[in-house]
Amino acid sequence: MGIECLVLGAGQEVGKSCVVVTINGKRIMFDCGMHMGYLDHRRYPEFSLIPNSQDFSDSISCIIITHFHLDHVGALPYFTEVCGYSGPIFMTYPTKALAPLMLEDYRKVMVDRRGEEEQFSSEHIVRCLKKVTAVDLKQTVQVDKDIQICAYYAGHVLGAAMFYVKVGNSAVVYTGDYNMTPDRHLGAAQIDRLQLDLVITESTYATTYRDSKYVREREFLKVVHKCVAGGGKVLIPTFALGRAQELCMLLHDYWERMNLQVPIYFSAGLTIQANMYYKILINWTSQKVKDTHATRNAFDFKNVISFDRSLINAPGPCVLFATPGMISGGFSLEVFRHWAPYEENLVTLPGYCVAGTIGHKLMSAKIPTQIQLDEDVQIDVRCQIHQLSFSPHTDAKGIMDLVKFLSPKHVILVHGEKPKMATLKEKIESELGIQCRYPANNETVCIPSTHHVKAGASDAFLQSCLCPNFKFFKTDFERGSDLDDDFPQGDECCSTVQPGEEGR
Amino acid sequence: MVQMGDNLVVGCHCTADVKDCMLKVESLKYAEEACYNGILIIKAFSSGLEIGSCNWSITSPKGSIGYISSSVFSPVVAMSFNYKAFQRSDVILCSDFSSCNAPDKYDDDNNCSDPPGDDFSSSSDGDVNAEESAMLLSSDEYLEEMEKLDFICSCSMDSIKAGGSVLIPIGRLGIILQLLERFALALASEDMKVPIFVVSSVAEELMAFTNIIPEWLCNQLQDRLFSGQPLFTHMEMLKDGRLFLFPALHSLKLLKIWQEPCIVFCPHWSLRLGPVIHLLRRWSKDKNSLLVMEEGVDASLALLPFKPMEMKVIQCSFLSGMQLQKSHRLLKILQPKHVLFPEVLKQDDGPSETSFPFSYYSENKTLHIPYAKEDSELDIEIELACRLQYMTLKQKDMNVSRLKGELVVERGSYRLSLGNDKLMSSQTGPVLYFGKIDLNGFLMELQKKGMKFTVDEVKGDRGSHKAYLVHVLEPGEALIELREAQTLISTADENLASLISQAVCGVLDCI
Ligand SMILES: [Zn+2]
Repeated sequence: MGIECLVLGAGQEVGKSCVVVTINGKRIMFDCGMHMGYLDHRRYPEFSLIPNSQDFSDSISCIIITHFHLDHVGALPYFTEVCGYSGPIFMTYPTKALAPLMLEDYRKVMVDRRGEEEQFSSEHIVRCLKKVTAVDLKQTVQVDKDIQICAYYAGHVLGAAMFYVKVGNSAVVYTGDYNMTPDRHLGAAQIDRLQLDLVITESTYATTYRDSKYVREREFLKVVHKCVAGGGKVLIPTFALGRAQELCMLLHDYWERMNLQVPIYFSAGLTIQANMYYKILINWTSQKVKDTHATRNAFDFKNVISFDRSLINAPGPCVLFATPGMISGGFSLEVFRHWAPYEENLVTLPGYCVAGTIGHKLMSAKIPTQIQLDEDVQIDVRCQIHQLSFSPHTDAKGIMDLVKFLSPKHVILVHGEKPKMATLKEKIESELGIQCRYPANNETVCIPSTHHVKAGASDAFLQSCLCPNFKFFKTDFERGSDLDDDFPQGDECCSTVQPGEEGR
Repeated sequence: MVQMGDNLVVGCHCTADVKDCMLKVESLKYAEEACYNGILIIKAFSSGLEIGSCNWSITSPKGSIGYISSSVFSPVVAMSFNYKAFQRSDVILCSDFSSCNAPDKYDDDNNCSDPPGDDFSSSSDGDVNAEESAMLLSSDEYLEEMEKLDFICSCSMDSIKAGGSVLIPIGRLGIILQLLERFALALASEDMKVPIFVVSSVAEELMAFTNIIPEWLCNQLQDRLFSGQPLFTHMEMLKDGRLFLFPALHSLKLLKIWQEPCIVFCPHWSLRLGPVIHLLRRWSKDKNSLLVMEEGVDASLALLPFKPMEMKVIQCSFLSGMQLQKSHRLLKILQPKHVLFPEVLKQDDGPSETSFPFSYYSENKTLHIPYAKEDSELDIEIELACRLQYMTLKQKDMNVSRLKGELVVERGSYRLSLGNDKLMSSQTGPVLYFGKIDLNGFLMELQKKGMKFTVDEVKGDRGSHKAYLVHVLEPGEALIELREAQTLISTADENLASLISQAVCGVLDCI
């Protein structure tokens, strides 16, 4: 029996992550995501390809969700409440707390704004999340008598985790999305050295080597400062969770350092609520944020005020965080209409915008320009545009470092673009000598698994085998970064022992 | 967890020592594996007694030990007792003494008699224990604890209404947190504005800390996180001035805002240390004021210096471990191979109907418990196992094989792998002969090779066997001396020597 990987999503693409792995007869689903680019059946993974798909609870031993992004958790309520899966589901505490916010937000957008028939209801989301078992990092969970799982810190977003799964003697790590360098509020991914048959890793930036993030943060602060100093208003359209908190911390620290009095506003109640979650879940942030929590919780943004519609045309400079991120509608669009015509104002854009959104149009626009909202409404855009370029994903070096550190027997790449994945595959095979595949959606890949024969060993046998010259070495893995001074690394570590010499 | 009675600690060691010591402590999550020397896996599991309190398990390739201390099945704040982690341990060391300190008070709580036909011996799986588990986890305990808290709360309200203050020198964090919530609710419903003070050098840290550790709390409190509420209301109470934290009574700020009646939480439960002394002196003559103590303290003795006491006193016992019946029921579910009880339990009626062997341990005495199995577990990689070429020993009913591989000690298990040297060398290594030469078999081998010989037995002083001497006559002359542990071939003929040597090998096992 080998390890069978059925890629139901994020195969040679980014979107609807879902990989079904069968190890020694046990079937585990990693992530249950939704594709944000499609509205038809393609938005969900093709669940019918799972063997014995008339009874998912019987055919799947457990579901593991790596983080709260919709392309990783978006299809879960549909799978549990509509497709009828009733088995165990695991995710970290923050993911269990934050995923329902994301799901509910998405559901509202789909139903309320687009008038679409709903795929799942609020009730579905609540019932689905009730079935979830929350896990802590490094907590070993015995799912049944054969399956053991363990979560490791992945950076990326609050609560993101890589998951180690062991069935019998075979073991797999599924990374989900991860970041190998710490950012303003999260630490870098961290995992033990493990004996692995397979690593399934994301490869969003399979061929990108990024420069210092510090430079790009400085750039962002500079344009914001310049704008408010000139009396302008800054609109930061953002997702409610993750990026909003990161940018807000960045600005908040800067405001304190520079002693700025310009107000910073948060638009939606959702974001204020999200900040409360971040405050409770501060143990999941970076070491620096944790260390200071007793004196001041870093998510206690004391300069941040909640925004009121009447303030849109109030005089004077300000900074406003508003959802949604790509200015596809909602409050960020409403504010944009008012602020875009003035050249002293500034609008920041996220690193990636879906085609069809205002954000996407602005990315390629030459200012001044005009943007058509609908048949009758057209906006003059004279404000400055700044595109953010920091991403919470690891770059190619990070992927290579992780694969090298874990040294599995096989690697499967998901969550990336095909040509770039091909390049990375070559690199992994030639530089690390590890077999690597990047299957397309709905493709199955088989790799051999490890099997052991159980035996009893007498004390005399073990003693004569074991050389007394043990070597101890640190197995924890962390990569240094350009922000080393800013972000002291975690100090947890775990040691393993191997006989120094070959026993015989 | 840091106890509110931190003053005690400071009295014995200097703060620097405590800090220095803590630097050497490695912290673990519940169920996180800590590996010692590659071979021992050490894990902590929630015990339910307090936030962060735990029971421990140690697993090695030869067996496992569980150490179960005072544990609570359904606590009001801490994460509940994870007893399932101890299923099928080889040895369980019970050190929950709560049942011997206080005789079982809650007998009627166990009115659920043994379930009919509980027959664990024949059943292999844990599911059959569902009924027993349900009984362990029954909400009775939880509700009873809540009732006690409600009682304290209503007595406190009565005192306050009568113009008295409430003094609570209880050191248990879980109880303090629950009482804070209750007081907030009760005061609000009576529309009373009475300040609550927590006076302790660690109060501030503790309150900030408790709000960021959902992973360590009971399900009821975790659900607050998942439904978007703060874990505890005390953060809100701090913000809107219902709750005040001070490191000491003499803080200037405290004196400024001090007002009576009020509610004060402060150390120490012994009534001999900390702010409680001052406040007791202040309120002991006030018949409207209330002192809430935990049971276990000898009240008459503790209150002696404050006599005469006009103040009301409630003593309340909170769950601090398993009741005897529950612990027996638990062990039935866990099915350990051996259980160790403290000797103090000997006089109780003991686990008489148990199916497992048990013994009693006592202070300063080492107990030896034999391993459940002689051998350690060893995993042999299938690639290596396939290459093993077994042969059957001639003299024992046993198969043996030569192997070359790598023994890896990792994460609490032994593993034999091919290692880097992928080539098996069973043929290349020197052949090893071993065993005892059986005379008749050997003589037959010689005969087969066409030899003629005579045999003499050499005897020792008392007629004991010493050796056989085989004189080979044909095809050449040779003398073979067969001793217990040595065979000596003497001949001038090389060919003959080699022939005899072959015959010797023929009756030996070789690998
Ligand atoms: Zn993501």
